[in-house]
Amino acid sequence: MTLSADQSGRLSYLLTSRGEQITQRWTEVVAGQLRGRLSRAELVRQVQELHRALVDALGKGGGDLAAEEAAELRAVLAELSQGQARQGFSATETATGVFALKDALLGVLETDQTSETLRDYVAFSALVDQMGLFTFESYVRTRESLIADQAEQLLELSTPVVKLWEGVVAVPLVGTLDSARAQVVMERLLQTLVDTGSPYAIIDITGVPAVDTQVAQHILKTVVAARLMGADCIISGIRPQIAQTIVALGIEFGDIATKASLADALRHVLRLSGVEASRRQPRREA
Amino acid sequence: MDRVPILKIGDILLVSIQVDMSDQTAVALQEDLAERIVATGCHGVIIDITALDIVDSFVGRMLSTIASISRVLDAETVVVGMRPAVAITLVELGLSLNGIRTALNVERGMELVAAGRGYDDYDEFDDGPDPAPTASP
Amino acid sequence: MTSGVDLSRPQQQTVGSDEDVVRVRQMVRTVAVAARLSLVDQTKVVTAASELARNTLVYGGGGTVEVTAVDNGRKPGIRIVFADSGPGIADVDLALTDGYTTGGGLGLGLSGARRLVDEFDILTAPGQGTRVTITKWSR
Repeated sequence: MTLSADQSGRLSYLLTSRGEQITQRWTEVVAGQLRGRLSRAELVRQVQELHRALVDALGKGGGDLAAEEAAELRAVLAELSQGQARQGFSATETATGVFALKDALLGVLETDQTSETLRDYVAFSALVDQMGLFTFESYVRTRESLIADQAEQLLELSTPVVKLWEGVVAVPLVGTLDSARAQVVMERLLQTLVDTGSPYAIIDITGVPAVDTQVAQHILKTVVAARLMGADCIISGIRPQIAQTIVALGIEFGDIATKASLADALRHVLRLSGVEASRRQPRREA
Repeated sequence: MDRVPILKIGDILLVSIQVDMSDQTAVALQEDLAERIVATGCHGVIIDITALDIVDSFVGRMLSTIASISRVLDAETVVVGMRPAVAITLVELGLSLNGIRTALNVERGMELVAAGRGYDDYDEFDDGPDPAPTASP
Repeated sequence: MTSGVDLSRPQQQTVGSDEDVVRVRQMVRTVAVAARLSLVDQTKVVTAASELARNTLVYGGGGTVEVTAVDNGRKPGIRIVFADSGPGIADVDLALTDGYTTGGGLGLGLSGARRLVDEFDILTAPGQGTRVTITKWSR
């Protein structure tokens, strides 16, 4: 829906000549919606900025939101909805901030009616709808990227690799392991082995409620990959239910060392590295 | 054709692969190493693959063959410095590098060779479990 | 490093020697980096390409490799086509079995390469040559 040049001009004139009245009414409607969750001054600033951008766009002949001339208006709308999405406003509240302009326009149009008024109002209203939908879409985009960021942060948080002892690193896994997370854990653990030069890694799954075939496969692959790099993995904290699942699924853990607890695993590793160190001394008693 | 240089450090031959090897270069390295082991009488071979961004089945097979040949010639081979991405890819590819000993870096590789020699010289009848990491699954 | 190379267009490389297999690897790496594949995924697709380019050389008697940056609308990726006009493969299922080889290798080329990529297509018949297409998407 595009406004004709005449309509753009008339809307622009209306917005300018009755500017104060419109922004005031606009602000009131939005304020009623938000019930004081946004300061009055902030709200007035937003409405005025939107008002100015709209007048600008119309002045340049941008009667269509998709037009080149409306680029700045789009930017203002996007910024507004991004801010509201981050501050936790709902999608409806954000879109209403734009739709309230209709109310304000209707208010001033009622006072000076001409033969064109109804037609104009429908056209203006369509433009406002476009703006509202655009706001809604940028709101959703912002929320989606927020969710993606949080998911990534959660992944970072939930997969710490800690140094337990000289040459021993551990990953305490907590929570449900899906394939994507298992993959991140695997890559991170192997990289830590290289960075710290640690020949031993303990994967502790005490905090993992369940293991399916795929996750078990990921753990197995991690162990094999670590061996290829010259490091040994020990799995600790296998719960009874998980042990039953592993056997029931027919997953072969082969010669991978498993220990009941993290402490047992550490003791096992220290004994291994101790044996290795003592071997450098000649032993003739055998 | 590029040739991979082989350095002799004490009782160890050190091979640091720095180029993306063609198959011919890999085969040449295999032959050169066998000759150098015999010529120098070294008892350890360390192959540093830190710089390799991939190891495919051909290079994997070359590493296995070198390990087997050197074992016949009474030398221990340790492959060191495999990158995590390379290790993950090898596992997915299905290559297990059977019989190859591995270590995280050159230093640890040298320790492993030294420990292996000590083991042979002084403790030949100890048949306990081998704690050193090997690549066999 | 890649100056002057337009990655939006397919890159081509004939495979007639060992050195060409190295060139294929480098070409695939460049496009995989441009397609924003993770380091592990780059390594997987370059390794798969190395296996398949060697097959093209050894079993197909040489051929061509074409590397293209692709996009499925949601994420970028890389597609590689290996084509030869060699003897072709009579039993594809058998050739895709781990450990099966006619060339004295480890028998992991085809089967292993298939595990390393997201999409794997093979078009072949005895006497008709072989055409393998692989695709790897960015995660």
